[in-house]
Amino acid sequence: MLSSTADHLFWMARYVERAENTARMLDANLQSSLLPQAGSTPGEVWHTMLSLSELKDAYLARHDQVSSDRMLDFMVSDTSNLSSIYCSFRAARENARAVRGALTTELWETFNTTWLEMNQQLKNGVHQKTPGEFFEWVKFRSHLSRGVLIGTMLNDEAFHFARLGTFLERADNTARILDVNFRRQAEQDALQVDGDEQNDSLQRDYYHWASLLRSLSAFENYRKVYRHAITPARVAELLILRGDMPRSLLACLAEVERNLKAVANKQSGETERRAGMMHAELRYGRIDDILHTGMHAYLTDFLERINDLGARISQDFLVG
Amino acid sequence: MPVLFDEMFTADQQVRAHYQPFHDWLKQQPDNFMASKREEADLIFRRVGITFAVYGDDAGTERLIPFDQIPRIIPAHEWKTLQAGLKQRVRALNMFIHDVYHEQAIIKAGVVPPEYILGNSQYRPEMRGLNVPNDVYAHVAGVDVVRAGKADGSGDYYVLEDNLRVPSGVSYMLENRKMMMRLFPDLFVNNRIAPIAHYPDVLLDSLRAVAPVGVDDPTVVVLTPGIYNSAYFEHAFLAQQMGVELVEGKDLFVDDHTVYMKTTQGPRRVDVIYRRLDDDFLDPLAFRPDSALGVPGLMSVYREGRVTLTNAIGTGVADDKAIYTFVPDMVRFYLSEEPILNNVPTWQCRKPEDLSYVLANLPDLVVKEVHGAGGYGMLVGPAATQAEIEHFRQLLKASPGNYIAQPTLALSACPTFVESGIAPRHIDLRPFVLSGKGISVVPGGLTRVALKEGSLVVNSSQGGGTKDTWVLEG
Repeated sequence: MLSSTADHLFWMARYVERAENTARMLDANLQSSLLPQAGSTPGEVWHTMLSLSELKDAYLARHDQVSSDRMLDFMVSDTSNLSSIYCSFRAARENARAVRGALTTELWETFNTTWLEMNQQLKNGVHQKTPGEFFEWVKFRSHLSRGVLIGTMLNDEAFHFARLGTFLERADNTARILDVNFRRQAEQDALQVDGDEQNDSLQRDYYHWASLLRSLSAFENYRKVYRHAITPARVAELLILRGDMPRSLLACLAEVERNLKAVANKQSGETERRAGMMHAELRYGRIDDILHTGMHAYLTDFLERINDLGARISQDFLVG
Repeated sequence: MPVLFDEMFTADQQVRAHYQPFHDWLKQQPDNFMASKREEADLIFRRVGITFAVYGDDAGTERLIPFDQIPRIIPAHEWKTLQAGLKQRVRALNMFIHDVYHEQAIIKAGVVPPEYILGNSQYRPEMRGLNVPNDVYAHVAGVDVVRAGKADGSGDYYVLEDNLRVPSGVSYMLENRKMMMRLFPDLFVNNRIAPIAHYPDVLLDSLRAVAPVGVDDPTVVVLTPGIYNSAYFEHAFLAQQMGVELVEGKDLFVDDHTVYMKTTQGPRRVDVIYRRLDDDFLDPLAFRPDSALGVPGLMSVYREGRVTLTNAIGTGVADDKAIYTFVPDMVRFYLSEEPILNNVPTWQCRKPEDLSYVLANLPDLVVKEVHGAGGYGMLVGPAATQAEIEHFRQLLKASPGNYIAQPTLALSACPTFVESGIAPRHIDLRPFVLSGKGISVVPGGLTRVALKEGSLVVNSSQGGGTKDTWVLEG
């Protein structure tokens, strides 16, 4: 297929996945910011999110203070913030439009309808009045585009490039969400070492990790897998190393490797090797080793390698 | 004064026979039915993304072309004549283009003065002596036809222009039919309407038939300027319907006397390019050097006959409004036949005697730029203000060679849904004539309608709408 077509399909899927994950992250943070938090201001969760998505400067150029309302505007409807949900859905639809001939009618109409409905939702201010409902809507539109893709598209190259985009983006996003949360946890632990506050801290932990799990649709799954109290180590294990957890890093890398294999060409050997390495490391990795390295260091390295994979895929297939 | 010809009603308000079944059906529909169907149509068009971009608006602004639910119906016997006339005309035009880039017999015979051809900015010296497969240049022609009323109540068809470069609109012809079948399936049970859905197949056949010599299983692509082009929807639609790749200039490159497209599995040879890009932008090395839309080196491969461009380069020499006046003569010259379709009488403002007539009668005439298109840069005398007429008078005096003038035809009208209910609005018709091995016309075309009362400008960029076009089977 045309390199540029593959490129559009890859990015079409990435942008939808990005919109979904932005909604997930915002939803979790919005809920956390509603909890009483010892030793931290409600704004802090947003600060962490901004710095980890590398958006702090862009935000501060437009707003003088960090608040939930402004954060929502910035990350949902801001047309100048290319990471906003608005811009992600727009980019997904533009990419789909550029290759609408390569998509089934149902799939194209799904992207187009998402775009049209989003404009309507933002016009009605749904994201401000009932942000939770809006985020649900975003997630379901994303589920729907994946479902229609899987349910209608021929399993040819076009399909595999779209799937590659989905899982590469999801791996990146899950890693970032974990990074935000583990970093915040570390900051708060550093603030409170008093025995008196042990109980508060346990309680706070529960809400923190429960909201993270919920944001990745992993709460029920956690219960099923562990039947145990929620601890950071188990949360990390579930979201990094469990192959049966659909948003985990291992699940993502398994799909990246599989779809990459399906489109392999003469020059993609090294890219396949690197994807295979990452997959194998996750498959045979242990959570203790990862925690020993330190979550932030581990995830930073992981994000760099995902970024490298993306660049290599682009080089091998999409530029032509 | 010309007489208005209404497609549905005779002068004494009788329903014409070929409209009777539709008219009866429409009368039976409940009051709100058509309005609710109209909303449904708008919703579907938006969801499907059948939109066009308007130049001058913000980049990326997409609009719907208003779709009217009352079809334009053409009886079988009229279509038979139209079809024969269109084929005859396009055959002659292709022979003319071949001639002007080869022997120039028509100039030597004194039928067309040389300055109309050699002095024409659309004449491409690069094409001289070049042979194209099957001698076909205008593979896709969109011939604009109108009907004008006569004093005796009948109406004659006239050709208004031959669009031989990159005519568009066929996707709306196909989508309008799909929409009508979706909204009103029972109409198609009760009327014998010639189907048109096979157009993309015929198009693909025509494109494959003109592949370079020696290529048995040609790779065909559609070349688009990109998603911000006003007709992008159509480019994507046709590529999808034919099952071929839709490419932009940056997807193609030239290497070793061959055009390739960049694919995920490496370069792949391209044989036939259905280009929806003007000549000027095709190859920055041969034409406009600032074009980022084209393919450097394309023209050299084309000249070697190793890739086919459809339509060919240089067809514009045959479809400007000055050459138009000679088309009936071309039919006689090349085919030794009498033209079946009429031309609209045309004054050439480059001729002093025509110019003085035009200047004296501006309020009654339509004045058009020789190279204009899309309804821009024209004067409709009877609808113009005094100031607009004076403005054109100055333009005409300054560069008369740029303009032609025609009498204001009373374009036929067709009942159309408007705010006040159903009222007659002026229409035209663009059938699409395909040439590859032979010549074929899918029955019908795109009917455009001027939605403003009294307006004669049907272009979608100027507030025109479209209708489904029914050719009844005899």
